[in-house]
Amino acid sequence: MLDDFMMRAALAGIGVALAAAPLGCFVVWRRMAYFGDATAHAAILGIALSLAMEISIFAGALSVSLLMAWTVTQLSARGYAIDTLLGVLAHSTLAVGLVVVSFLSGIRIDLMAYLFGDILAVSHADLAIIWGGAALVIALISWRWSPLLITTLNEELAHASGLNPNREKLILTLSLGITVAVAIKVVGVLLIAAMLIIPTAAARNLARTPEAMAVMGAVIGIISAVAGLKAAYVFDTPAGPSIVCVASTFFAIFTTIGSVWRKPS
Amino acid sequence: MKLVSVENLSVRYGGNTILQRVDLDIEKGEIVTIVGPNGSGKTSLLKAIIGAVEPAKGCVTLKPGLKIGYVPQRLNFNPTLPITVERFMRLTAKADTRSCIAALETAGVPKVLKEQMSGLSGGQFQRVLLAGALLGRPEILLLDEATQGLDQPGSAAFYRQIEAVRRETGCAIMMISHDLHVVMSASDRVICLNGHVCCAGTPAVVASAPEYKALFGDGTDGALALYRHDHDHNHDHNHDHNLKTHETAE
Repeated sequence: MLDDFMMRAALAGIGVALAAAPLGCFVVWRRMAYFGDATAHAAILGIALSLAMEISIFAGALSVSLLMAWTVTQLSARGYAIDTLLGVLAHSTLAVGLVVVSFLSGIRIDLMAYLFGDILAVSHADLAIIWGGAALVIALISWRWSPLLITTLNEELAHASGLNPNREKLILTLSLGITVAVAIKVVGVLLIAAMLIIPTAAARNLARTPEAMAVMGAVIGIISAVAGLKAAYVFDTPAGPSIVCVASTFFAIFTTIGSVWRKPS
Repeated sequence: MKLVSVENLSVRYGGNTILQRVDLDIEKGEIVTIVGPNGSGKTSLLKAIIGAVEPAKGCVTLKPGLKIGYVPQRLNFNPTLPITVERFMRLTAKADTRSCIAALETAGVPKVLKEQMSGLSGGQFQRVLLAGALLGRPEILLLDEATQGLDQPGSAAFYRQIEAVRRETGCAIMMISHDLHVVMSASDRVICLNGHVCCAGTPAVVASAPEYKALFGDGTDGALALYRHDHDHNHDHNHDHNLKTHETAE
């Protein structure tokens, strides 16, 4: 079954959708959309460095993403204007990454595969990494779900309840780094934030509890991944962007339904 | 019995000293109000008590096993987070539905259990935060400008609720407020803070203290008058501070 490339692609997409949903909820609630974007863009630098040093691309992307997420968390805690900071770091790392890639004369690299994903080329090993990473992210976030929610609502409330908000935020930073690293193959660095935000934002219109939003976000993400792949196959379109297009369609439909629904009350 | 004991506390952020040499005790069952201008370190004092900031000097001692109920100024709440009142309350305390309803009743909002937090009015929202804090059966309630965003009658009603909570549960209350005029009537003790403790004592003593007048101007006579009167209505004084906005609103 795993020998079919379409089956492997679908499983890879489902793995990413599962990890992205619970993490994406916090990205949306904590208004971290640009934070996710910046972390993902930084991954291209990690890819370039790992190609130059001939180490695993997953390891390179993961370490640079984590470093980026950690740096932004530290600097923003010291009161730097966060949107400027993210703009500077996201685009600098992306640009430096692209420049580094151009120096790698010996290797022929399909840059598009890293920018927009190459889900149809997912190998058995890739699949193991994606599902391993997804399982880790889901485990981390489910374990700290309530503390993370309290920290999101109010950090002093978290302190008063005996929690350490910085430790909880570290969990999010770690999860974000892992998700970025495993999602590169599926949607590419430019569209990872889309997988985090769009399915959960679509789910917001239907959910009445935080948990429901995460579960519905996962379902929407999975349907988007499978339907997007199918569409890419039928219409011969790029797979990663097609997945995001399906998710965006869900968002548009549910937001319209949601606003009509709420109007009478 | 001391619930909280603050000794010679100094707090610094970066290079700035926010608080220095603050001494403060809170006894069982008393209502203590911290007043002070913006930047006077009121919130830092509260944060030091809950352990959110490390003291640069001095120490904060809590009674061993002290149960703290914290009512935040506001939640970093945004409409993208769907959550019902009940789910919110049960986040910070292990409790069943019946205790949630009881806490909501004590806080004066008995019927909102299944509502979405984002659908509540400002007054209901603050009462739900209060109910959430009460759910853990605290020995002390800490309120950080809990009436921000409420108008003056709304704040007065909220503080009467606080007094009622103290009567019913016997817990001590420490609150920070800008609403000098309203809040002082409910307090046993007022502490006027401006980087250090300027003056402290009963509301009447503090309101007539020269340090307090120096900080808050001459409008304090009005404050005391309001304090002595029913706080639901308003007088037509010429205040030089925030009461003005309310007078124009009437």
